[in-house]
Amino acid sequence: MRDVAVIGVGCTKFGEKWDTSFRNLFVEAGGLALEDGNLSGDQIEEIFVGNMSAGRFVEQEHVGALIADYAGLATDNIPSTRVEAACASGGLAFRQAYTTVASGMADVVVAAGVEKMTDVGTEMTTDVLAAAADREWEGIAGATFPGLYAMIATLYMDRYGLTREQLAQVAVKNHANGEKNPNAQFRKAITLDTVLQSTLVADPLRLFDCSPVTDGAAAVILAPLERAREFTDTPVRVLGSSQASSTIALHDRRDICTLDATVAAGNRVFEMAKVERKDIGFIEVHDCFTIAELCAIEDLGFCKKGEAGKLTEEGVTALNGSLPVNPSGGLKACGHPVGATGIKQVYEVVRQLRGEAEGRQIDADIGMTHNVGGTGATVVCSILGRV
Amino acid sequence: MTVPRFWRKQQSRYNLIGTTCSTCGQYFYPPRNFCPECRRDGKINEHKFKGTGKVVTYSIIRSASDQFSLLTPYVIAIIELDEGCRLTSQVICEIDAVYIGMPVKQTFRRLGTDGGSGAIFYGTKFIPA
Repeated sequence: MRDVAVIGVGCTKFGEKWDTSFRNLFVEAGGLALEDGNLSGDQIEEIFVGNMSAGRFVEQEHVGALIADYAGLATDNIPSTRVEAACASGGLAFRQAYTTVASGMADVVVAAGVEKMTDVGTEMTTDVLAAAADREWEGIAGATFPGLYAMIATLYMDRYGLTREQLAQVAVKNHANGEKNPNAQFRKAITLDTVLQSTLVADPLRLFDCSPVTDGAAAVILAPLERAREFTDTPVRVLGSSQASSTIALHDRRDICTLDATVAAGNRVFEMAKVERKDIGFIEVHDCFTIAELCAIEDLGFCKKGEAGKLTEEGVTALNGSLPVNPSGGLKACGHPVGATGIKQVYEVVRQLRGEAEGRQIDADIGMTHNVGGTGATVVCSILGRV
Repeated sequence: MTVPRFWRKQQSRYNLIGTTCSTCGQYFYPPRNFCPECRRDGKINEHKFKGTGKVVTYSIIRSASDQFSLLTPYVIAIIELDEGCRLTSQVICEIDAVYIGMPVKQTFRRLGTDGGSGAIFYGTKFIPA
């Protein structure tokens, strides 16, 4: 295995992008990454793109070839592969690109993620996202995606005494961070009342506990660490990337409040990267719902089960806290174009480690990502560090 | 969901028929044809569940996909059957009546339809016991 570095990153602004098509979203992010890494397209040897459901959102399959084509690489005939693990598709694309470079199969590889969600109505979107869970045994009962996470929240609140206000504080903190991120869908701070007064979606979760429907794309370019300086003065090293799976249905989990795939992926990536929890300067976690951020912090081993709500309330996870969580604004405020989110997390970590996160800069040498598919059936974690 | 896809699992959905592994004694609903514990050594047989259990956790769905939007608000729950396995189902009761640990039993209900004029799907939901 070779050491691998990120040599270029790009991300579109996230939001409801009525004037931008699926393919143009990807081309924009890819172009920004090429420019950032000072590459011409000719050096690209392979592409992995994370995408959850272009088939249902824009009725387009065969996404790998499409994006290579519209990125101007059709005549180079490079391999281009779409990977899918629901909302963890982006993280999966990153890990595939990482293993491809680390193994020596290719040198310059693009990991991208893209999702165009606003071309269908809300009810259709709800249905598409429900397919991240078990369609035959959860979806058919009328379990929506927010409904499944809401069931985690109901049990968690009962078992650990988490308050509604502590849960809301996750969204307040992420909006405060999103306000400082020029790519974020919502650049607006909110108060506890904003969350507590918002419409109920699936009790106890309200609208402001939920990540939004978003269009967006992100791309990062990987190369062997030993070649990284050919392209950039500020390579960021990939210290490790891990993936884990668990039961597709929430009801089959060993413990409904614990994402065992997060525990497994977390343990594996720490072992691979040879770093400890205390070495991590900040984390970008998968806060598709407020409760998910609390579970992530605990299941990654940063605190005991049941304590993350209190840590959030005390400001530990805020930008100026001892463990900043989701400096980008997270899925909640930065937005959640499902296939792109895992790549956006890497993008944020790289920008932070290069000292380019103006207005929300954290002084850290090592950052971590945590990307979840479904209610925790797939989890991808990566750790990146300054060179 | 298309008619053949639903029909295939009709016995399970109508009568709460799952499976059990006679090697380790575990019960599976939704049914599994491969025991995660015993794998190739497992012996899978059909099992009709008693249909009683308790609510492990729940939510009240206020915003649903097309197929369920007319039902909102409705109670969705993870139910642990007395035999030990868990499933996801609606509980038919007042939305403020459901609680963790609530005893429930199976009932036969309409689950949904295949579009505006398609087949009507029936199956199991739960009511307070």
